This record gives sequence, structure tokens and C-alpha cells, in this order.
Amino acid sequence: MTNDNNTEQPPGSSLLAIYERAARIRKNDEAFHGAMQSGKLGIRIYYSPRGQEIIPAALCDHLTDDDYLVTIYRGVHDQIAKGIPLNELWAEYAGRATGTCKGKGGPMHVTHPKSGNMVTTGIVGGSLPIANGLALASQLDDDKRVTVACFGDGASNIGAFHESLNMASLWKLPVIFLCQNNLIAEHTRFEKGTAVARVADRAASYSMPGVRVDGNDPAAMWSAAKDAVARARAGEGPTLIEAMTFRFMGHLIGDPDEHWREGEKEAALERDPVPALRKQLIADGHASEEALTELEQKLDEEIVEAMNFAQNSPKPDVSELGVDVLAGGAL
Amino acid sequence: MTAQVNFVQAINQAMHDAMADDPNVLILGEDIADEEGGGVVKVTTGLSSSFGADRVRSTPITEEAIIGAAVGAALVGKRPIAEIMLMNFLTVGMDQIVNHAAKLRFMSGGQTHVPMTIRTMTGAGGGAGGQHTDMVEAWFAHVAGMKVVAPSSPAEAYGLLRSCIEDDDPCLFVENMPTYWTNGDAPERGTRIPLGKAAVVSPGTDVTIISYARTMMESGAAVKALSEEGVSAELIDLRTIAPFDLETILESVSKTKRAVVVHEAVTPFGVGAEISARITEELFSELAAPVQRVGSTFNAVPYAQALEEAHLPSMQRVVDAVRRTLS
Repeated sequence: MTNDNNTEQPPGSSLLAIYERAARIRKNDEAFHGAMQSGKLGIRIYYSPRGQEIIPAALCDHLTDDDYLVTIYRGVHDQIAKGIPLNELWAEYAGRATGTCKGKGGPMHVTHPKSGNMVTTGIVGGSLPIANGLALASQLDDDKRVTVACFGDGASNIGAFHESLNMASLWKLPVIFLCQNNLIAEHTRFEKGTAVARVADRAASYSMPGVRVDGNDPAAMWSAAKDAVARARAGEGPTLIEAMTFRFMGHLIGDPDEHWREGEKEAALERDPVPALRKQLIADGHASEEALTELEQKLDEEIVEAMNFAQNSPKPDVSELGVDVLAGGAL
Repeated sequence: MTAQVNFVQAINQAMHDAMADDPNVLILGEDIADEEGGGVVKVTTGLSSSFGADRVRSTPITEEAIIGAAVGAALVGKRPIAEIMLMNFLTVGMDQIVNHAAKLRFMSGGQTHVPMTIRTMTGAGGGAGGQHTDMVEAWFAHVAGMKVVAPSSPAEAYGLLRSCIEDDDPCLFVENMPTYWTNGDAPERGTRIPLGKAAVVSPGTDVTIISYARTMMESGAAVKALSEEGVSAELIDLRTIAPFDLETILESVSKTKRAVVVHEAVTPFGVGAEISARITEELFSELAAPVQRVGSTFNAVPYAQALEEAHLPSMQRVVDAVRRTLS
């Protein structure tokens, strides 16, 4: 596909960092699938982000822990790229007391303010208005933080999208609306649910830049994120990025994922962005085969450690039902 | 005589004092800055001139975005007040209140919380019909994580609003529009009325009347009328609907053995149903009569004055309910 932006080649160190994040997400996904199949950790629900790894991996090259991220139920790739610790993430998925949210939020509500993971919502579009509020606080304090709201193509059809982009543009909020267009909203194909061919075109309604890029192309995604982050930090206002991608594993585990036309999914799988970046790193001389294998082994160890941490962690005490309802407990 | 102020002045003063005390307090809402008139009924008048249009920020007509922005800002240390012009307009921002503001503390395991206040006005009596004057406080009291507050005097409005703004949970603050310009004793500046605490407004021995907000007027008039018949009614002003002050209610009903709950909201599935159930659960064997409920008739708020008057709870209906407990 053609990118709307002028793609700048990221330095090798950035490409390597993007690969590390993307590989961590991919390996984590494989491990989550394995854990769910074996059933031993008691993970009850999982929305796989396979195929969409490069988007947050490239975005987060421009963010620090101080920047805010809000995401959605299919958001574990965003959370990992933003730096959520895997131990606490796994423990949350396994419903353990040591999880990010003490096992009380679960996969759809993972939160970790220390890494800037502020809100994960299960309500399509629900996090966009909140992103504005985080950005408003930054604007009032002039703290130069940037807020990124990740959502899918489906969310661009809900009212909250319109209200949020309108307000963000009016007030020049330091926020980036990052639409990860995986071409399907639950089980409805993009073109059947969205009246425009390009979500990015909707930005024109809000007088903000709208940029469509191949989200699976590390350089294009890295460049689009770089521009949007710079614009937000400079106080120039929001950007809508439409990052084109593909959802490899269906909506939920066990989804037969039969909504694609003949050859569509096969073609997407063939362009799997994570091994593609690996090949590119070696071909361009940014990393050796040995160095990448070593990196991948470390990631495997990190994930096994997280799995064991979750496995060995206690379940939450039932008394937790009355804790964190209101300040100081429950009624 | 104590100086008098109306609700509009008291609420305006509470926000003014809160903003002066804490730079993290900000207000978002439609038409609230002075350039847009200082609020549709002038409740925020002067505040943007005092504190700047950045902190007292007029918004488009965009309730979901207003409440969402307040949620987000509250997550990172602000104490936003979201003004939702009318209570019925909360319906278009429900996702932000119910799924996010109320639940983020619990769902994050206490890592985040939402110290936000939503101010909203409502109340029948002015002929606005079915979409501008509903009392839907019970919907929000039904969601764990929310606090719901409804003052019945200007001084209460000041003291309760100061507490809501400083509270670490999302608070819904319900203002009664038809009585906005009714005078009452001026609050002492800086006073806070604790949330979750009811007030015994007039002591009595024969029956307990529990009410809040506008129907404190009908209930107070009923207490007077009943006293002329020799019936001694104790009147409790709930002030906070969620979490409500069960202790004060039970203490009173233990003494009087009879209770009537009065509110402007329609009766079915309402606040009165919950309070009645709690009294019955705790004091069933001591009660001399079933707990009575008085609320608006179960229909949309009607336009015609004769219908609107018949829809709303009147002093007479409160008196009749009390008589049912005595018969």
C-alpha cells in the first residue's frame, strides 16, 4: 500500500528496539495460547493481537514511561510495547493477587500507571474521551506528556470517536488517535461497517492531520508516530493515524475466523511483519543471526519466568470484593 | 437574622472557594465561561473571569466527551467538576460514568481512582415536559463506586459540594432547578458537610419521614400539618443518597416504629424501595406498620400544569402516607 507520509528510515538501533518489542509481543502471544490450551494457569479470556505487533512497537520508540496510553480489550501488544512488566501482566491474566490489578480487572482492564498504561477498556470507543482528559491535564500543567489512544477501525463508527476528535482539535490537546485498522470489527468486515474507504479521511472533519500508513511497515509506522508525537509535544494538537494491519487469530480464541475472502488471510500471513523485520535486520546488517537468536532466548526466559511467577502466585482473597470499591473500602 | 443566599449563589461560592484553595480544581461544561454567559442559569458566573477560561472551560454540546475528559484528568491528579446542564443529558454520557468513572478504582486494583464531581440540575415544576426534569439518581446509586448527593438548602449545597470536590471517588451532585432562587441561611465559608451523613432536621416520636432535595419542602410542610393533628413526625434529610446513612435512619425508626420515604423520583425501583427494604430487613419485628413510599407517579414528566402538579409528590400525599402508618 501507499503511505500518506514521507517515510524516514529509522536508525538501526530503533529498528532493533522495535524488533525486540514486537518479538516480545509475539512470543508472549504464543505462550498465552499455550497456557490457555493447557488450562493450567486459569486464564479465562484472551484477545490475540497477532499481526498487529509492529504498530505499538514502532510507536513506543517515541514514548517514555511518563507518556500516557489508553487501549482496548485487544491491547496486550500496546501494553507490552509501553513497558508493562510481564510478571504482573501474566499474574493479572491468571487472576492472581500479584497481578497489575490484583486479579480484579483481568485482560480487558489491565492498568499499570507506572508504565503509563492508564486505562484498558472493554467498551468500544470508551477510552477516547478519557484520553482527552489525560491530555487536558498535561496541557494545563504544561508537562509535555503525550497521550496515545489505541482503538480499532470499529471504534471509528461510534459517537465517542466524533466527540473526542472534535474536542481534541478544538483545544489542541497533546493526544494521538491511533486507529489500528485490522479490517474487521469483531466479525464484520471493515467496508461493511464503515462508510468511508479510509478512516484517516475522517480527520478532515476535525481540522486535524489524518495519516494512513502500513502499520506493519516499521519505517512507515515509526515515521508517522514520530511526526504525531512531535506535533503533540510542541502543543500543535492531535493527529489521527490509521495504521493498516491484519488480525491473524480471529476475535477470540477458538474463533473460526471465516470472514475473509479466498486468499486474503493467507496473503496477510505470508507478510507476517515480525519475521519480515527479523529478515530485514539481518539483511541490512543491523543485527546478526546469532545476536537475534540470543535476544529471542532472553525473551523466552523472561516469559517463562512470568508464567512461573503467575503460577506460583496466590489467588486473591475473597475479602478483596469489598476493597477498592470506594476510597477506604466498600459501603 | 443570618444572611441569606440562594442555591445559585451558594453553589457558585463553593466552586469559587474550591478553585481558590486548590489549583487542581477545574470546571468543564456547556456555556459555563463568562463569554458564553456564565452558565445557562448563571451558576458559574464570574468563575472564568476569576480563574481563567482554561480552568473554567466552555465545551461544545458533547456530554460523553465532557465526562470522559473529567475522568481522564481526574486519573492524573486533577479534581474536575463536569457540569452536565440537565440530569436527562447524563443518559448520553452513561458509558463514561457507569463503565469507567465508577469502576476504574476497582478494576485497576486501586492503582487509579477518579476524584471527579458531576454537577447536574433537574426537577419538575416548570413545564419542561418529559426530557428535561427527571430525577434518575437511583440509576447511579445502583452502581458500585459512585457517590450520589442531593442538597436541600443553600448551606447544604455549599458544604456538600465542597466535600464532593475533595472526595476521592466520583460524585454525582444533583441540584434542583425550580428552587435555585430560593433563599436559605448563608453557609459559613469553608464549611464541609461530610458525605454519607444524614441530618435529623426536626425531632419527633410517632413516625420518621426520610427525604432529600426538593421534597424536603413538602415533607417539612407535612411535619407542620401533622403536628397540628397531634402527630409528632421526625424528619430526616438524607443529603447523601449513596452511600446513605443507614445508622441515623435505623436509630430514628427504632424509636418511632414507623417510616415514610419521600422523593421526587418515580416510586418503582427507586431510592425509597432500597431504604424501605433496609429498614424492613433490620427492624421488621419492631415496625408498627409497613414502610410507606411517596414519589412521583410512574409516567414521563407531563407538560400541562394540572398533570405536572398531580404527578409530583405533594404535602397531602406525604400526610396521607403517614396516616396509613398510623391507622
